[in-house]
Amino acid sequence: MNPYPLIVEMLQIATLIVLAPAFVGWVRTLKCWAQGRTSAGLFQPYRDLDKLFSKDILLPENASWIFRFTPYLVFGTMVLAGGIIPILSIDLPLAPTADVIVIVALFAIGRFFTALAGMDIGTAFGGMGSSREMMIASLAEPAMLMAIFTVSLANKSTSLSQIVHVIYSGQSVLRPSLSFALLAFILIALAETGRIPVDNPSTHLELTMIHEAMILEYSGRHLALIEWAGMMKLFLFVMMGMALFAPWGIAPRGDIAAIPYALVITALKLGVMGIVIVSIETGLAKMRLFRLTEFLGAAFLLATLGMLSYFILD
Amino acid sequence: MIFTPDFKLAVGPIEIAAASISMLFVVALLAALLKNSQRLAITLSFFLAAVASLLSVIAGIWAVGSGTTNQIVLLIGLPDLPFHMRLDPLAGFFLTVIGALSFFVSVYSIGYVKGYLGHRSVTSLVIFYCLFLAGMFMVVLADDALFFLVSWEIMAAASYFLVIFENERVENRRAAFLYLVVAHVGAIAILLSFGVLAGFAKGPGNFGGYTFDAMRQAHFPVEWATVAFLLAFFGFAAKAGVVPLHVWLPEAHPVAPSNVSALMSGVMLKTAIYGIIRITFDLIRVFPWWWGAVVLILGLLSAVMGVLYALMQHDLKKLLAYHSVENIGIILIGVGLAMIFTSFNQPLYAALALIAGLYHTMNHAVFKGLLFMGAGAVIHATNERNMEEMGGLIHHMPWTATLFLVGCISISALPPFNGFVSEWLTFQALLLSPSLPSPLMKLLIPMGAALLALTGALAAACFVKAFGVTFLGHWRGHHNPHAHEANWPMRLGMLMAALTCLGLGVLPTFFIEWMDVIAEQFVGSKLAASASIHGWMWLTPVSYHRASYSGVIVLLGILIVISAVYLFLHVKPGAIRRVPIWDCGFEKINQRMQYNATSFAMPIRRIFGFLFNVREEVNVVPHAGHKAFPKRLNYRLRIRDRLWNWIYKPIVGISFWVSRKVGKLQQGRIQIYLLYSFITIIILLIFVR
Repeated sequence: MNPYPLIVEMLQIATLIVLAPAFVGWVRTLKCWAQGRTSAGLFQPYRDLDKLFSKDILLPENASWIFRFTPYLVFGTMVLAGGIIPILSIDLPLAPTADVIVIVALFAIGRFFTALAGMDIGTAFGGMGSSREMMIASLAEPAMLMAIFTVSLANKSTSLSQIVHVIYSGQSVLRPSLSFALLAFILIALAETGRIPVDNPSTHLELTMIHEAMILEYSGRHLALIEWAGMMKLFLFVMMGMALFAPWGIAPRGDIAAIPYALVITALKLGVMGIVIVSIETGLAKMRLFRLTEFLGAAFLLATLGMLSYFILD
Repeated sequence: MIFTPDFKLAVGPIEIAAASISMLFVVALLAALLKNSQRLAITLSFFLAAVASLLSVIAGIWAVGSGTTNQIVLLIGLPDLPFHMRLDPLAGFFLTVIGALSFFVSVYSIGYVKGYLGHRSVTSLVIFYCLFLAGMFMVVLADDALFFLVSWEIMAAASYFLVIFENERVENRRAAFLYLVVAHVGAIAILLSFGVLAGFAKGPGNFGGYTFDAMRQAHFPVEWATVAFLLAFFGFAAKAGVVPLHVWLPEAHPVAPSNVSALMSGVMLKTAIYGIIRITFDLIRVFPWWWGAVVLILGLLSAVMGVLYALMQHDLKKLLAYHSVENIGIILIGVGLAMIFTSFNQPLYAALALIAGLYHTMNHAVFKGLLFMGAGAVIHATNERNMEEMGGLIHHMPWTATLFLVGCISISALPPFNGFVSEWLTFQALLLSPSLPSPLMKLLIPMGAALLALTGALAAACFVKAFGVTFLGHWRGHHNPHAHEANWPMRLGMLMAALTCLGLGVLPTFFIEWMDVIAEQFVGSKLAASASIHGWMWLTPVSYHRASYSGVIVLLGILIVISAVYLFLHVKPGAIRRVPIWDCGFEKINQRMQYNATSFAMPIRRIFGFLFNVREEVNVVPHAGHKAFPKRLNYRLRIRDRLWNWIYKPIVGISFWVSRKVGKLQQGRIQIYLLYSFITIIILLIFVR
């Protein structure tokens, strides 16, 4: 058996787990610069995680097994998704496990359990976070699938590796529909990863929290796992967007030599995407909860336009 | 996975199925005889019903696995039209689905029905339960219109008596009456549809036309075929609870005993799906594409509306009943797409859509059965159907909670459980629309995919609510909970259903290979040739490059990561301390401050509220000292189905108006009635001669 794909797979998962906090560190650093503050450095997320891992767990009295199981599950789904989404190469043994619909569903199962954990301890904040998170997700998910379907119709596959492969083989051309899909995808990615203007990852103002409200009672290694999974989710959304809309740099099938090159390109892409995220987050204010309907509705409309223009223009 | 017995048996699958039905009739009789020893009657009858269901499963698996068709003609029936029974793969598939859930529910019932001991006599429940099962088995085996309708009526009547079992409450009687009316309006439509088909099969006046065999050989003019299809679809849609014919379903299903709700929602609705497939793909066979479009659009409508209605509920069983509307919609998406692809002559894609629909039929039966059984266990334990009065039950009923959670994950279409597989297949079928020649279809069908995605996401939200409010947090009720765990037969019934959910989710290729023969018979193509070509682990519909999914690897992958992380973190054991809730430092929290079902659904109610008739009243009783601290706050929320006012209210009004007018004929005097008879005779003499 050819060990190459297996090594690539391991390397990719390791990249995800190791690089995800650095990417968040990079976004935070940029944000500090943009707002004229002194940054804590690229490695602060690692130090945060290390601190949380070494602390004891304070478990609320009413917590059931769901509360304790959720951090592991959320971490597990993210790692699995990282083995499937092409980050460094499309030669992944795990790639056929799941197409893009399954990946969306993998994110959904993590969210499902996080929302349950929010309700488990029986506080008003937990329930509030769960309720809002599920509302946003139910509007975001159709828009996200519409955006993805536009790309997959163009490439006649819902498998991410296959989409990248088709784009490489030159069968795919640049289409106007893809620009609509890309815009919709960016809006949805902001919502799904809990960034401004939908949610604020650094907020601790009680009534505006969404994701933070659900995980309010977590501590110690549980919190560390959830935080780490959140960082991986942001990383994976960037990588999924790259695979769908700008796959250049990901190593094609059977090309070992392209892996170091792919690593460099990935780092570059992450750097650029950090700038994009920070300019959106610094330029916009957080929206009121019920204005989000318009935001997500706009995303859905864009995705629908993308789909329409695929059939009409292409 | 073809099942071939290597020894010659004197009996075939259809004989086993017939034995199962006869056995159920005998058990019903037995239950009537055992009226005076209720405890024994429950154990014995439900045990025997479980055995009979198992026989049907065997017959069904055998019939589908061998791909054969068996027929027998019974000695009873009308003089010119004896009852015909036929077991082909389609009937076998539905026999398996109905039998499997009946088996789980019968085992569950051994424990569940004992809860009525000492309160009321359960004899009628047991008798009609057995007749209900027999009716459902007969519906799928019937091979002529008469036998079909007789079975259909046995099923409807038995379920009516089951719905009305707890008849001391007015709402139960009302719900049962509504159910009876809708069931019979539907049955009339089905009867008329068969009449049209029979008339063209062998000409009017010939009873032979009423056999399905005669209809299969007939050719129908397209306009009459359309009439027959629309009538049949109306009738079956009324039974299945397709929007806008769904109003009876959330009334009738919740008030029945929970084991019956499980069967009604899980499998009785599926007989309507069976009817639609039988009439279109088997009896009429050739149809224009717009029939499929009608089915598809109503399916999408039911899916979205069903889940939105469900989100507004705080009655646990009503919520589940509305989800049946949703899932019937998802099944119809598959069936409708299969019809569209068939009429445009794309057999492989039609096979994918049909298998997706059938797979969801099977999945929904299992997980909805499981959820209703779980709801039954909760209601049994708490005497409460209102979720607002529940909470924290996971601590009292860990088994029920965990098994109910499996049902929640399955119905929310999350991998690696079964609901995901069928929704994934439906997505794949929806994404094949570019192969259709009609530009409109190409464009609109992917929108259907968006609606299906919306349905799935809303269903997840709804089940976070259902599970979270019922089982998590603290007890919300006013009285103290005496909740106790379900007894062993109930746990066993739920456990088997939960394991089936996992099996169907992880090993879909086996099941698809097994049921592929149905697609081959009706749409002329096999799916398994492409769906499991890369081995049992990989589900690859149409082609490997298009899409692939492996439930096994998703399950194992997540489990491996979880255990690795868990072990890695527990090398150096960190302490876990149980502490009071932090809640941002707020100390005076009590259980009435938790989110409940109404508040959880509030954001979604605000967004989609325009679809409902929502009335919200907030009444503030001000405090004498300062108005910023109200003494009391009264909140009243009423959500109504707009369709009831738009469609049903006028119909009810018109029927009452017509009844009043017709009622004027009834004068109560004998002379007038004699005059009526006289006039009738005169008219007949003039016209008939």
